Amino acid sequence: MAKLRKIVTDPLADNNPVTWQVLGVCSALAVTTQVSTAMVMSIALTAVLCGSNVVISLLRNMIPNKIRMIVELCVIATLVILADQILRAFVYDISKQLSVFVGLIITNCIVMGRAEAYALQNPPFKSFLDGIGNGLGYSVILVAVASFRELLGSGSWFGIQILDPAWYVGNTLMLLPPGAFVIIGLLIWFQRTIISKTLREED
Amino acid sequence: MKLILKLHDNIRHLFKDGALFHRVSPIFDAADTFAFTPAEETHRGAHVRDAIDIKRVMVTVIYALLPCFLFGVWNAGYQYNMAHAVPGAGLVDHILRGLIIVMPIVFVSYAVGGFWEVLFACVRKHPINEGLLVSGFLFPLVLPPTIPLWQVAVGITFGIVIGKEIFGGTGMNVVNPALLSRAFIFFAYAKSMTGNVWIASKGDHVVDAVTGATPLGVLSAMPEGATAADAIASGQVSFMQMFLGVMPGSIGETSTLACLIGAVMLLLAGVASWRIILGCVIGLLSTATLANIFGSSPMAQIPPHFHLVAGGFAFGAIFMATDPVSAAATKAGKWIYGFLIGMLVIIVRVLNAGFPEGVMLSILFMNLMAPLIDSFVVDHHIRRRRKRA
Repeated sequence: MAKLRKIVTDPLADNNPVTWQVLGVCSALAVTTQVSTAMVMSIALTAVLCGSNVVISLLRNMIPNKIRMIVELCVIATLVILADQILRAFVYDISKQLSVFVGLIITNCIVMGRAEAYALQNPPFKSFLDGIGNGLGYSVILVAVASFRELLGSGSWFGIQILDPAWYVGNTLMLLPPGAFVIIGLLIWFQRTIISKTLREED
Repeated sequence: MKLILKLHDNIRHLFKDGALFHRVSPIFDAADTFAFTPAEETHRGAHVRDAIDIKRVMVTVIYALLPCFLFGVWNAGYQYNMAHAVPGAGLVDHILRGLIIVMPIVFVSYAVGGFWEVLFACVRKHPINEGLLVSGFLFPLVLPPTIPLWQVAVGITFGIVIGKEIFGGTGMNVVNPALLSRAFIFFAYAKSMTGNVWIASKGDHVVDAVTGATPLGVLSAMPEGATAADAIASGQVSFMQMFLGVMPGSIGETSTLACLIGAVMLLLAGVASWRIILGCVIGLLSTATLANIFGSSPMAQIPPHFHLVAGGFAFGAIFMATDPVSAAATKAGKWIYGFLIGMLVIIVRVLNAGFPEGVMLSILFMNLMAPLIDSFVVDHHIRRRRKRA
């Protein structure tokens, strides 16, 4: 049981896909100007990741090694199109803001990486947990980055105005992709010097 | 002097490892080495005995910046008094007004920058470096006189912390911290850096009588079809005016003459690289000539020698591009680095409608490329020598 729990909790901080393995950074730069879009993107990615991990894990003994990447991509692409269609049907506005980036989940290294590194060797349930863990790890960073960017850039959080525009001048750099680079960099710094140290000491 | 030495010696033990104030020992070190020759000596190995050290280099740059600073103070006051049509304002009034405008910016830059420098020095246990003296002085000189003080504080914080300290402090920075601070303000608070911000004004009162646009702003706003020659002929900009710098602009960089005086001081002291400065000039002139021949927009038609005195080119090429840490280090690399800066300046000025001025972005971009250029040059040397062998 502790082992299973570790599959989920490990990618949240100590082995985070974004800040530790530096995967999926492209979308972390692109969709994090607002918390709402970051949230939807996180949910979409987590769903696709869980789905692809489970399906690929089920197929793992049938996939010929030479064409495994093509098969993985087929599975992932199908799930991404599903996710995209669902977003268009139910949250059209946000889906429009996310534009191509939902489609680009196909190229997100986290999805392909987990399929290659985990789902191909592990049974479906474990792969599912791995998908949840990595999806949440990605989500935590995305929402954290988006929180900073929306708060500093537009003075709001989740669309609610927090810093009064009467005295707060929005920092437009935060709304540009380089702003996300800076925030992610600081998060990585924070994690490597503070969080991971305490985790290592606990072990 | 003896009194200070005695005082220092009396409290020195408090900053030793494990003593009461050992955490803030860099502060004591800084004060100590600022006033006296450091006590530490290197004992082993071969050394070049020379009076020059990092402190001397930085102080030379400060001296070289003084002409720009003094002229900037006068110019800020002069532009203010002209714009507000202050009656009977003379030299002294201009300078006093300029000091009122400029000194708070310099003070905030040093105070906030100094705070971060000391904080990192104490936490990371490295000595406080004199690089801050230059960065904290360069930054106000490239700002418009109307910049809000809190933005100065945020900007220098970004430049010092993100541009320098997280890479390990003075000597480790990838890009020029002062320029990075300016770029931060430029992109984060664009309103403070574009439009009518180049002349200080009273409160929110906007000066209508005089446009606050810089010559480059005027030129880039010329309608399609009009040539730069028209703008120059209509008296909106003249070569002499831009050379002397009696025009609106960032505090310290309007006067090419003042920059040249600084350049002479830097070159005589051997602090700045003449290869970089000359490379910048050649790159700028040759690319501007090409633009003259092939371009048709007003900006492309500006005569090459106007580019030399316009905007922040002189200041950037002399004080920013030559930063020994972020520039290329090999001789051939310095030529390439300088030439590409000059070329990029023209490309941004002429081709990019969004930015009338491109010196800041060109230098920052080439700062990033400098290690690549150096490694290319070194590889080339190795290959050539191997062939010869």
